[in-house]
Amino acid sequence: MTRQNQKLLLDIVSYTLLILGAVLMVGPFLWMVSTSFKLPGDQFTKTLIPPTFTLQNFRELFSVDLDFPLMFWNSAYISTLITVGQMLTCSMAAFCFAVVKFKGREVLFTALLLTMLIPPQVTLIPNFIIFKYLHLIGTSVPLWLPAFWGGAFGTFLLRQYFLTIPRDLVDAARVDGASLIQIFWKIYFPLGKPALAALAIFTFQGAWNDLLHPLVYMPSAPNTMLTVGLAFFQQQMTHGGKFTVLMAGALVSILPLLLVFFFAQKQFIEGIALSGVKR
Amino acid sequence: MEYGLRPLGRERFWLWALLTPTLIGLIFGALGSVVATILLSFTKWDLLTPPTWAGLVNYVDLFKDQKMLLSLTNTIKFTAMYVPGVVIVSLLIAVVMNRKMRGVGLFRTAYFLPAVTSAVATALVWNMIYGKDTGILNFLLERLGMQPVCWLCTENALYAVVLVNIWGAIGEGMIIFLAGLTAIPREYYEASEIDGANGFHQFFRITLPLVTPSIFFQTLIATINAFQAYDYIYMLTRRGQGDSSVPVVVFSIYRNAWNFFNYGGASAQAIELTVIVAALMAFYFWLERRFVVYE
Repeated sequence: MTRQNQKLLLDIVSYTLLILGAVLMVGPFLWMVSTSFKLPGDQFTKTLIPPTFTLQNFRELFSVDLDFPLMFWNSAYISTLITVGQMLTCSMAAFCFAVVKFKGREVLFTALLLTMLIPPQVTLIPNFIIFKYLHLIGTSVPLWLPAFWGGAFGTFLLRQYFLTIPRDLVDAARVDGASLIQIFWKIYFPLGKPALAALAIFTFQGAWNDLLHPLVYMPSAPNTMLTVGLAFFQQQMTHGGKFTVLMAGALVSILPLLLVFFFAQKQFIEGIALSGVKR
Repeated sequence: MEYGLRPLGRERFWLWALLTPTLIGLIFGALGSVVATILLSFTKWDLLTPPTWAGLVNYVDLFKDQKMLLSLTNTIKFTAMYVPGVVIVSLLIAVVMNRKMRGVGLFRTAYFLPAVTSAVATALVWNMIYGKDTGILNFLLERLGMQPVCWLCTENALYAVVLVNIWGAIGEGMIIFLAGLTAIPREYYEASEIDGANGFHQFFRITLPLVTPSIFFQTLIATINAFQAYDYIYMLTRRGQGDSSVPVVVFSIYRNAWNFFNYGGASAQAIELTVIVAALMAFYFWLERRFVVYE
């Protein structure tokens, strides 16, 4: 076989594999969209195009006793608060670890990295007990407050990026009499934008998709986040047999992240590469 | 690293002000939690009556209590299938994509979709795919003349759930591997072509050794995620009374603490999880020194 033929064969095999894989990856989403526009009576029809097209399922999201809009709002503001908290506190610490020289810097940074090994369940139980004694279970405070304590992943990601910012900038600013805070706020925070954007997307995504923490801290619908709401919704709907409404709810719940992903795909992907390669 | 901005005078105060949230997180969030969970694991406490000292009872239960033992074996089986699954499939996809073909951007978006969206939402569709009587998978099987399978019954649920978890993780793994693959200098391949090496030689002699740092990193991440896996298991295997057909340790922790009010037992399980993960990480770093090639 000539090299040309070999390449052609490889191309055919590659495309076949990629297309088959893509069908498996995207298929469930197409099914979600398709089912959400079907009539409840058609919920188990095995056609991708709805036999009768309807918007009834989306209307029902607003009418059921589950209060979908409230849960959507909860997911939105809680995820936003968590994102703001992480961006602020992680960038503050990352700046110190990347730029400032101080005693105990290496020890502190290593300790911070080690906390990545602690499973969330270990912090969940004592935190729950504390928040229970503060009568905060059922409110959103336990979900977003810990985001203002910094975090190993975010600090690590930002520090890696801050290290690549030329140090001459700092020296020049120092000569001009800039203070520590000014160097942070006027140089590193704006120049760190790509890494901050990646962190913001990851954090928002993690918070929006989180199931375990809202299940523990806001366990009763309707005043909870979308994930918990959908999980409860599933039990109701499976008994009531309305998968179409369930799919409409699922579709609305993933829409915000899909939008973010389509507009910020570059940051998403570069962020993962940033956390994975530059160790 | 010797370089560093020296804080002058009152800037010392500002330095520690910037570090304060992280210090609070380290002292209370991390250290405090670990100490508290260890202490709790030696008690019996339902949060309604005062705690009582239980000694090692909770740790004996980890291996004596049938349900806790089952959750441990389920987690181990899950990890043993999930980690190689994610690493191999996402490496394979990345290698194919790295061949610089047309439409790679579109494929990348498609493969990354499950990694972006919430497991809770996609699990709802997977429920419809795996359904016994009305599911799409059984519909296809019947079309092919095969018997329908109860995918989410106890005997199959573990495999069904591992598959969905791999499906959800491929996107991220693929990106990590693509980043690793593009870092391999093209000259290596060009030089080997002159020497007459074929595609298989190139893969096993150049690609695989040079991508070992990414394999190492991805194995690390996948292992941590395997021990944390919860969402799909909760959504796909829940049965009546909140039980699961494949309870893993994280599921069991939630159940013991928040359904049975056994906070001591749940704490012991959380410590169990920490110890296993830490031991595995130590093992991985030992492997790294022997097998990972850094340029």
